[in-house]
Amino acid sequence: MTTTPVGGRRIVYQRPTLLTDRSTHYCPGCGHGIIHRVIAELLDELQLGPTTIGVASVGCSVFAYDYFGIDFVESPHGRAPAVATGVRRARPNAFVFTYQGDGDLAAIGTAEIVHAAARGERISVVFVNNGIYGMTGGQMAPTTLLGQHTTSSPLGRDAAVAGFPIPITEMLALLPGVAYAARGTITDPGQIGKTKAMLRRAFESQLAGEGLSIVEVLSTCPVGWGLTPTESMAHVTNEVTAVYPLGVIVDRRRAATRKDGS
Amino acid sequence: MTATIPAAPSRPRLMKGNEAMADAAIEAGCDAYFGYPITPQAELLERMARRMPELGRVFVQAESEIGAINMGLGAAATGAKVLVSTSSPGMSLMAEAMSYMAGSELPILLINVMRGGPGLGSIGPSQSDYFQATKGHGHGDYRVPVLAPASIAEAVALVADGFEIAARYRTPVILLADGIMGQAMEPVVPEYRTPIWDTKGWELTGAAGRAPRVVRSLHLFPEELERHNIQLQAKYAAIAERETRWAGEELDDAEIVIVAYGTAARVARTAIERARAGGLRAGLFRPISLWPFPSRALAAVAANARAMVVVELSAGQMVEDVRLAVDRTPVFFHGRTGGMVPTPREVVDRLRIAWALTGARA
Repeated sequence: MTTTPVGGRRIVYQRPTLLTDRSTHYCPGCGHGIIHRVIAELLDELQLGPTTIGVASVGCSVFAYDYFGIDFVESPHGRAPAVATGVRRARPNAFVFTYQGDGDLAAIGTAEIVHAAARGERISVVFVNNGIYGMTGGQMAPTTLLGQHTTSSPLGRDAAVAGFPIPITEMLALLPGVAYAARGTITDPGQIGKTKAMLRRAFESQLAGEGLSIVEVLSTCPVGWGLTPTESMAHVTNEVTAVYPLGVIVDRRRAATRKDGS
Repeated sequence: MTATIPAAPSRPRLMKGNEAMADAAIEAGCDAYFGYPITPQAELLERMARRMPELGRVFVQAESEIGAINMGLGAAATGAKVLVSTSSPGMSLMAEAMSYMAGSELPILLINVMRGGPGLGSIGPSQSDYFQATKGHGHGDYRVPVLAPASIAEAVALVADGFEIAARYRTPVILLADGIMGQAMEPVVPEYRTPIWDTKGWELTGAAGRAPRVVRSLHLFPEELERHNIQLQAKYAAIAERETRWAGEELDDAEIVIVAYGTAARVARTAIERARAGGLRAGLFRPISLWPFPSRALAAVAANARAMVVVELSAGQMVEDVRLAVDRTPVFFHGRTGGMVPTPREVVDRLRIAWALTGARA
């Protein structure tokens, strides 16, 4: 963040230039606003705004293109990694990222994300996991925790009927085409800072042509979860991170560096 | 490494339909190709796999037809000249993205080398995707221009035309070929041309030095979506006005007119020759654009005919459009399905039946 002195005062916090000056449609306490801001800050800091083409997916974040001052293409539900492949291949100098929810990436879009990862597409994937289909009214997602009540698992998610939460970022990290995979969250300023560092590393990985980079961000859906915003943050800290542990899952550049002994 | 494109040969060359269409796309300046293996279009994918990388252009074999068409969507959004090809079951999987591209007004050329259906059907030639191609693949109120070649030389020409229509109207275009058009070999003097491709400043390039652009089909406010749909419909009306294509053969004195496209038109041509040798004056009306359907021209031709005989490699799909277009002239139908092709003899028999059951025009 810039700290340019203005009229004898220093600005320590302001709207990133790549975030548009408009109210979002997101619900109170929703994590998308924080994640949007972090992405906009990074695009500013890495001076990527003029070359970025974002790929919006289907879900609450479909309107992301209204909030960023960059080029954006909408994708059908789950297909964002395929759309991003077409964008990046046709325009190799563009910086390309997808912004996908867990229903989009971990359910309907599994084929597209797995094969974009297998091909090592030079794209960055921002994977926002709130464990629920927020936009359609809070139904169970593949990422929903066992026992969690949703509008389509009203008695709680039962593994016998609905299977288990899917750790898709760990699954993707197995593929050699994935240069960087990490999981962060937005529950407090410290975690936001760590998540921003992960996203920076992911974006730099694309710029270095290393392969696909993905950062899963554990987020909140207070309205869908039936919790207050602060209860939602506590829920992520206490319950969600127990199933989806935070941290870097794979970083092939670091791994290669260690092997070289350099 | 970049290779130069060899000059077009002036002497006829024996070409397979799928390979000829691939070459035509390359000569038309296709920037990016995405596909998935499926019979009977696999040679098109294979040709592009070899030639596109040689030319420094984009080739990706996708994980599915869904992947292929969405890669096409992404590349098209950057203003690239994109070709995607498939066969019938793959076309069903591409329906979703076709709807998105129609809504987002993205140009793309899609070749469907039709096979027998429904379901996995057969790998034999068929025209059973006429409804799918002309009446809509995906959801929503939209239309897509559909071009149907009846020879490999015509397929080559229609590839360039298809790109041009796609760019001019910002719309997906389907080149609808049947399995024989894809698999057959015939001598061709290919006439290549570079289509006009003007993206006019909607394409995504990164927002350097200009306002950001968004390519999307979502318009959540009803008033806004209706405005968008009215504009799309106006575009479709303009396409119907300007891009309707058909060809006539031996229509001047024809008592009975065969309506057929693609391979069925080839069969019809032989049948007409034999019918005329037997004294029955038959002619051919061959739609080249299946949407927009040449209804007005067909109605004018039908007004002078004793009967119409529609021949298709289907159980009867285009015949519905013929019946809508034709006023009082009786319409007969002959079709074979499942990869079977009508024989000239079957068609001649049907012409004779049509002649026997109808009276001369007053």
